[in-house]
Amino acid sequence: MDGIHDLGGKHGFGGSLEERDEAEFHALWEPRVRAIAGLMIGQGCFNVDAFRHAIERLDPVAYLGDGYFGRWLGAVEKLVEEADRRPRPGLFPDTSTLRVIDEPPRYAPGDEVVTRKLHRSGHTRLPGYARGCQGTVALWHGAWVFPDTHAHGEGENPQHVYAVRFDARELWGDAAEAGTSVHVDLFESYLAPRPRFEVPA
Amino acid sequence: MSDHDHAPDPLAIRAEALEKLLTDQGLVTAEAIEGVIRHYAEDVGPMNGARVVARAWTDPAYRERLLENGREAIAELGFGGAQGERLVVVENEPQVHNVVVCTLCSCYPWPVLGLPPSWYKDPAYRSRVVREPRAVLREFGLELPDETEVRVWDSSAEIRYMVLPQRPVGTESLSEADLAPLVSRDAMIGVAQVEANRE
Repeated sequence: MDGIHDLGGKHGFGGSLEERDEAEFHALWEPRVRAIAGLMIGQGCFNVDAFRHAIERLDPVAYLGDGYFGRWLGAVEKLVEEADRRPRPGLFPDTSTLRVIDEPPRYAPGDEVVTRKLHRSGHTRLPGYARGCQGTVALWHGAWVFPDTHAHGEGENPQHVYAVRFDARELWGDAAEAGTSVHVDLFESYLAPRPRFEVPA
Repeated sequence: MSDHDHAPDPLAIRAEALEKLLTDQGLVTAEAIEGVIRHYAEDVGPMNGARVVARAWTDPAYRERLLENGREAIAELGFGGAQGERLVVVENEPQVHNVVVCTLCSCYPWPVLGLPPSWYKDPAYRSRVVREPRAVLREFGLELPDETEVRVWDSSAEIRYMVLPQRPVGTESLSEADLAPLVSRDAMIGVAQVEANRE
């Protein structure tokens, strides 16, 4: 979803990193909430994709105002509420998300691809800044559970994942810093082969 | 940790209520919660990644295995677990500098680096480092020559990244055990380099 969480490239979300907050936690409840979320996912009450999507569905003001573990708290509360306050263990017994599939990978390192302009209202792991952009496959990562369906209880639908390299100019135009690039890990269905212009014979 | 002596933190109250609800249903116990907290406080942290880096600097065959399959190579040192199903180690070179982020949430290689600092999870770093990595690195005190390519890795799936920093000049005589304490968490995220004399 095109929500507040999709922060890559956004302007205005905090300034300099010269003075930065090094703390892992700021209050005693934070490590407890972190542990609770891990224990709930670990016993299969919900899966990690649904958990991430619950964070994305928080009120944007809470997302920014409650801090990192405040988001975790809000997400677990939301998932527990949506389970009618009776979450059931064992719904997602396999916390691993790496899979072996029959389909061979469609792309190989060096292939030129273009990302689709997907604007899903649900969960997705295609960042907004990398949509509709040309890139080059750098690494093949194997096949993984597809978060876009898994987050919604619509099955694992595993597919191949690739690290795709984007030149900064492709992402940011004239504002790009020279000599920089971004690699993004993308599911195969986010990608299409880069169109080639046919030279008439 | 909290300085709210008078008004209780509403998030703390909500957290307590959530823990009670789930404890009453037998889904969590105080022992299990404290076990997780202890694990991440004592067993997991950047000292693990630092041992991996020091081994890679002193054992060329290990370095090869680490770059080929990070998960298996860190398992040789006894490291692994949640968020470590596939670990890709990206190597800094004189002409290439790598830096890691997660713009969509805050994915981080827990088995080798432990828990991330707040700045890694805050909007400023997540929004800016993909757009202006050189400016961000400068704010961390790292000025890179124009000729050095900066590669940002956005951990947008379940693959986790760790940077293998360059071994500093002047450390040729140091052993693996002497090198590990030089390797900082920030160098393995990619927002710093390793210095021969770490403060």
